[in-house]
Amino acid sequence: MSPPVNPPERKLQQNPSRSLTYRLMHQSKTALRAAYPPMLAVLAALLVGAMLMLVAGASPIAAYSALFRQALTTYFGFADTLAKTTPLLLASLGVLVALRAGQFNLGAEGQLYMGGLGSLLVGLALPGWPVWIHLPLALLGGFGFGAAWGAIAGYLKVARGLNEVLTTLLLNYVAQYLISYFVNGPLKAENAPSPFSELVAVSARLPTILPKTQAHAGIFLGLAIAILLTVAFAITPWGYRVDAVGQNPIAARYAGISTNRTILSVMAISGGLAGLAGSSEVLGLKRRLFENFSPGYGFDALAIALLSRGNPAAVILTSFFFGAIRSGASVMQRNASVPVSIIYAIQGLIVLFVAISLTLDTQSRVSLFSAKSTKEQQT
Amino acid sequence: MGGDLRLTAITKRFGAIAANDNINLTVREGSIHGLLGENGAGKSTLMNILSGLYQPDSGEISLAGEQIQIESPADAIRHGIGMIHQHFMLVKQLTVVENIILGQSKQSGLNKAASRLRLNLKEQSDAIAQLGKTYGLEVPPMALVSTLPVGIQQRVEILKVLCRQARILILDEPTAVLSPTEIQSFLTVLKQLAARNHTIIFISHKLDEIMDVCSEVTILRRGQVVASVPTNRTNRAELAQLMVDRAVEINTQSSPQPVGDVVLDIRDLWVNAEHRQVAALRGLSLQIRAGEIFGIAGVDGNGQRELADAIAHLLPIQKGTIEIISPASTKTKPKSVAYIPEDRQKQGLILSFSIARNLVLKAFSKLPFCRRWILDNKKITAHAKQAIDAFDIRASSPLLKAGQLSGGNQQKIILARELAGEPALIIAMQPTRGLDIGATAAVQQSLRSQRAKGAAILYISTELEDVMAMSDRLGVIYRGQLVDVLDPNAATLERIGLLMAGQSSSSSPQNYPSETLQESANEPAGKPA
Amino acid sequence: MTPIDFISDFLSACLRLSVPLAFAALGGLISERSGVLNIGLEGMILTGAFAGAATAIALDQVWPAVGVALVAGAMVGLLHAYLCVSLGVNQLVSGLAINLTAAGLTTYGARLLFETGTVALPAIAPLNIPGFQQLPIVGVFFQQDPLFYLLLLLLPLTTYALFHTHWGLSLRAVGNAPRAADTAGVSVSRVRYCSVIFCGGLCGLAGAYLTLVHVGFFTENMSAGKGFIALAALIFGRWHPVATTLACLLFGTTEALQLRIQAYGLDIPYQLLAMLPYLTALAALAGLAGKATPPAALGIPYTKEKQ
Repeated sequence: MSPPVNPPERKLQQNPSRSLTYRLMHQSKTALRAAYPPMLAVLAALLVGAMLMLVAGASPIAAYSALFRQALTTYFGFADTLAKTTPLLLASLGVLVALRAGQFNLGAEGQLYMGGLGSLLVGLALPGWPVWIHLPLALLGGFGFGAAWGAIAGYLKVARGLNEVLTTLLLNYVAQYLISYFVNGPLKAENAPSPFSELVAVSARLPTILPKTQAHAGIFLGLAIAILLTVAFAITPWGYRVDAVGQNPIAARYAGISTNRTILSVMAISGGLAGLAGSSEVLGLKRRLFENFSPGYGFDALAIALLSRGNPAAVILTSFFFGAIRSGASVMQRNASVPVSIIYAIQGLIVLFVAISLTLDTQSRVSLFSAKSTKEQQT
Repeated sequence: MGGDLRLTAITKRFGAIAANDNINLTVREGSIHGLLGENGAGKSTLMNILSGLYQPDSGEISLAGEQIQIESPADAIRHGIGMIHQHFMLVKQLTVVENIILGQSKQSGLNKAASRLRLNLKEQSDAIAQLGKTYGLEVPPMALVSTLPVGIQQRVEILKVLCRQARILILDEPTAVLSPTEIQSFLTVLKQLAARNHTIIFISHKLDEIMDVCSEVTILRRGQVVASVPTNRTNRAELAQLMVDRAVEINTQSSPQPVGDVVLDIRDLWVNAEHRQVAALRGLSLQIRAGEIFGIAGVDGNGQRELADAIAHLLPIQKGTIEIISPASTKTKPKSVAYIPEDRQKQGLILSFSIARNLVLKAFSKLPFCRRWILDNKKITAHAKQAIDAFDIRASSPLLKAGQLSGGNQQKIILARELAGEPALIIAMQPTRGLDIGATAAVQQSLRSQRAKGAAILYISTELEDVMAMSDRLGVIYRGQLVDVLDPNAATLERIGLLMAGQSSSSSPQNYPSETLQESANEPAGKPA
Repeated sequence: MTPIDFISDFLSACLRLSVPLAFAALGGLISERSGVLNIGLEGMILTGAFAGAATAIALDQVWPAVGVALVAGAMVGLLHAYLCVSLGVNQLVSGLAINLTAAGLTTYGARLLFETGTVALPAIAPLNIPGFQQLPIVGVFFQQDPLFYLLLLLLPLTTYALFHTHWGLSLRAVGNAPRAADTAGVSVSRVRYCSVIFCGGLCGLAGAYLTLVHVGFFTENMSAGKGFIALAALIFGRWHPVATTLACLLFGTTEALQLRIQAYGLDIPYQLLAMLPYLTALAALAGLAGKATPPAALGIPYTKEKQ
């Protein structure tokens, strides 16, 4: 059922003089179009959030201004925003890498917990080592544990044909209980009143970057990885391979690319990056391992990756936005008496509206999620 | 119901393309009306409008002088229009009877509630068996559709529309999937149906069949009606010319040339169908030498796909060997296998990637496109520009997405990629399917020039004329085995047709008796005994 | 406690823990049989649980609360159907969005309504069936609440409907080959809408069961992955109602077992026990090893005109 005469390109050939302007217009249009729907989605979610506040009898203007003023314009608030942006950024990059290969890693939360455990173990194990060895090793430990956790889902997918969505979700619960077990049992600090571990060695800590605040150097790690990934997707064969598998795994396989190996490695890297988010919490923020130390960063990460349309650079901004919301929420609760939990609703709504916005722009739907939705086309 | 069917000024656009442009057509009651046209002429679109799948942008449809609206397939059924699609609209996971009664609860006015709550499969299957007998369309009602051969599946499709009291049957390329013997019995059924005053619209691009069964034929070209003539006042040559707007020359002569050493050596190959424990290839052996095109003819689904995939290492081998031997002259280079897959959009290309990136899908991680872990985008683009010139890919820029090109140009991208670096062996799976005549010629020319350079080529096609025209030697595949290897210049169409149906020329023709229908499903799993 | 009491007690716990899973899994089964992937079961359960709890507090009556939970779940189903069927949103993303939004909204709502923390709710009383409830061991089947009996009724009904009615035939056809169903005169979108809304309603009941029968109050994220386990159960049950319900019973039993072991104070850290249901679900899926074939059109939006 192919159309009889095709094609945009024939038209272009007939009008060579128009082709350049046409292309330029086309490109700027697509760039605009790519940025426009996510913005709209965020606005819509904030609007619905405002209505929810009205229902509760609070003033949305007061609430939002309290939230953003705290998060962006005060010293401690801004530092807190950075501190919250850090794990979000790292975990989102993890989810994004998987998304580029067509995999939905919903296990960032669990991988984050495992990464925290890995970093803690290394952080406790080698006291007295120089920082420049100990800190990288501790980070590597987090990456490794997260990667292993992600690789389980990857393995189940390629070897047993299990959809990664469900396995990663289930593994989240396992990881969370596992951490809970460790900090209540073998890793519990001596005489600790509640479940938490000993402090990691000083040499394994990520340094604070704004004095007297919780903002720590983990943010630089996140930024560096975001830049690295941008470059990797643009000009390395690895990025090419991941995109090829994400866009059309069948064609990739026919061209000799091992889709299984790619999926497995991508799930491991994805888990590793989410694991680094846990590392940054343990080595930079809390300096020890707590029970349930993540307030759902792994799930936010999915929202961020979707909102960023698979673009690592966009993840930086989006994570910052989500970090700011989280950072300003408590002040919002105090000043405008809106429960903090409204932000969870808003985040959910953002994903909802992003999902809708994806359908407004078929271009990006195809590029992000093509593998499945085109399956039945020409039957 | 019944009466003449009239389409007036039907137009349907997809984006900027008019798939149907101001179409007028009258089909007389009780006649078999041929609809002729090349791929993409707009036949399927027009019929999808008639069957309610698409809505026309403008134009009117009338039946027995009364204007009708067909807004859904259910509407079409209500008006007595039944469509048999080229790709069968059967739910393979369900049984024959379930497929036939699907969606029919609304039609049975009496006992409406009761019939919705009870399927009553036994009674229904008896009725279907009875109906099948009346029309010469015997089917096993309780069998799962996925276990039936395509010829029987087609009968189910026809019974499905007959059960809905369809008076007008639209058949979209119904013979494309059938073997020559199946085609004969199928055409007989059509004539019987017409004799019972059913109106039939028969879509085809095969001139013989149109001339054989139709009383009138309408020719479509690029979405427009170019002529509508009674078949007894025209001939094949005229129809062909109307269809393609230029004299057709059927190029059958291959230029035989000295062949070299064996490049592909397959011995006793057993391969399972993908994700299934059913043997699709059952002890197939063949050799192809450098500089020859070995054609494989056969009805779709007899192991062609598995053969190609197994050679390309995409399917595991259960038993036997596949050996690819690089000819001495190219020993210095690593042996390479080119694979032109069956479905260019799903298997051959990444539609969202640019032409340039598609062209390096196989070589992107090697020199010169990748140096020290970095892709050289300049080299990739330059390479694309060369390929665009060399293979006459009609595109204004190598950065256009592959999905924006026409089918012929997409196929040329695949050819450019696969034939780069003079492969020792080329597997071409239905490489001209769905292409217009110009693109078909370009594809065939590229392959012939590769043969001249000493490549061994495995050419698989279900279009008999196509594969006969291309091959130096022709193997016929049936149920996972090569039943014979022939000289295409000496063999007759009839003989090949019989072989494709699984009969050596000596045995008598047979239909599928319903007792043996499930044979393919009951075959021993996977491994040979 | 006599051994018989112990067994009855344990069996009763198994049933109680399996019921919400089974409601959700049956709903998910219908949705997925129609070709709509539904990872949003979790959010639908949570919505039902919250709506049920809120209504029960407001009216101090249980049955209207059950009704409201059903409707609330169905409304979420309607949303999912609208997104997936009418808009063609990626079904995974839609389901996730529903989970996240439901979690956020119910937590927010709980903060507003139940400011004092957890509020005890009126509970649905068990409905004892005279004559049978005294029987040893099997008696527990006859001293359950009405929702349990509803589930028992629902199971043969769905099984029959799925395989022996035109409605079920349309459902199976739409989930496997929507285009074929469409050309046969079945409205794909209507079947999918109905299925997903039905699914939402059942999940709402699962939620109501959690708050009004099992736990007795609402806490944030109280569904605790039940929706995901229900999904695992329906895959493990190969999209068949009876097998799926049995799988739910297996996972429910695992949960009951770990609670029992905890209660008996054996020297096993509870966290290791608490992860058992999830591990069982994972192991069940891994053991299945791709042998279960999902409906062929699962997760693929259907659009009529596609070139």
